[in-house]
Amino acid sequence: MDRLLNVMTGLSALLILLVLASVRRARIRVEYSVTWLIGAAALLVLSRARGLLNAIAGWLGVPYPPLALLLIVGCVFVLIFYRFSVIISRLKDDNIALAQRVAILEYHIQSLKDQAAGC
Amino acid sequence: MPDVAANLLILIPAFNEEGAVGGVVEAVKSAVPGAPVLVVDDCSWDATVKVARDAGAEVLALPHHLGLGGCVQAGYKLAFELGYEFVIRVDGDGQHDARDIPKVFDALRSSGCEMVIGSRYVNGTSGGTSLVRAAGIRFFRMVLRPILGKPVRDPTSGFVGVNRSALAVFSRSFPLEYPEIEALVVLQRRRFRFVEVPCRMLPRRSGRSTITPMKSIYYIVHVLLGVFVNVLKYERRIPKESRRS
Repeated sequence: MDRLLNVMTGLSALLILLVLASVRRARIRVEYSVTWLIGAAALLVLSRARGLLNAIAGWLGVPYPPLALLLIVGCVFVLIFYRFSVIISRLKDDNIALAQRVAILEYHIQSLKDQAAGC
Repeated sequence: MPDVAANLLILIPAFNEEGAVGGVVEAVKSAVPGAPVLVVDDCSWDATVKVARDAGAEVLALPHHLGLGGCVQAGYKLAFELGYEFVIRVDGDGQHDARDIPKVFDALRSSGCEMVIGSRYVNGTSGGTSLVRAAGIRFFRMVLRPILGKPVRDPTSGFVGVNRSALAVFSRSFPLEYPEIEALVVLQRRRFRFVEVPCRMLPRRSGRSTITPMKSIYYIVHVLLGVFVNVLKYERRIPKESRRS
C-alpha cells in the first residue's frame, strides 16, 4: 500500500515539475497548465494524507484506499481530457473561420488588383 | 434556358481535381452561360487552381485543407457577402451533369423552397451507385423521414441549390464533415423547405472515390451523431406553439 502511494506521490511531483518546466519554456500556456497543476497537486495531497484518503475510500465503499486514489486519478484525467476536447473543438472552429476569412480577403484583394490593372 | 442574370453563382468545391475541374467549369459555362463560376480549392497540392482559372472560373483558394464542409461553407460565405440570391453547388469531380443546372435553378426560383436537391432517385432509378452506397442512402432515408416530415430520395447528393435565406443560415452554421445530410436537418430545424428534382449522375472524370469500407462505417456513425445533435440543438429554439401549427 505504501509503495503504491509513494509511486503516486512521485508521479504527481514529476507531473508538477514537468508542467512547470513546460510553462517556463512556453510550451504550455499558463491558462492550460492550471488544470494539470490542480489535478497533480490534488493527487499529491491525497497520496500523502492517509486519513483523508481513508475517509474518501470509506465514503466510496472501496476497501483498499490506494484503489480509491486510482479511481480519483481516472476521474481527474477524464475531466482534464474533456476540458481539452472542448478547447480543441473551439480552436478548430476558430481555425476554420479564420482560414475561410483569409481566403475570402485574399479573393477580395485579388479582385481589387484585377480591377486596378483593368483601369 | 433560364435567365441567369447576376444573381446565380455556381459553386464548385474541389480538392486535387486537376484532371476533372477544367472540364466541369467548361460544362457549367456551356450549360449556364453568363453565370459566374467559383471554384473553392481546398488547398490542393496539384494544379487544380491553375486548371480552374485557365478554364475561366474565379478561384477561392483556402490556405489549408478544411474538408468538404469547410470548403463549401467558405464558398457560401463569399456568395452571401457578394449578395448572390442563388447558389448551386456542383461537385468538382464531374459526376454531376451540368446540363441539369437550369432545372435546379428553375425549381429554386419557382418552388419557393429554400433548397433544391438534384436527385438521382426521384424517378426511381439507382443512378449507377454501388450497393454499399445505395444501402447507406436507403438507411438514411429511413432515419430522415420522421425528422424531416417528408421523404427525401437522395439525401447524400452534393448537387444542391440554395436561395439567399438558406445561404444566410449556411454562411453562419454549416456541418463541416459529410455536410449533405446534416445540412438538411439544419434547414428543417429552421422550418425551411426543400424539393428534389431528377438529375443524372455521370462517372467521375478522373481520380477515384476515397471512401473505403472503414470510412463508410465512420461516415454512418458521424452523420447519425451529427443528425441527432442538430435535432437536439435546434429543437429548443422553435417555440412549442409554432411547432404545433
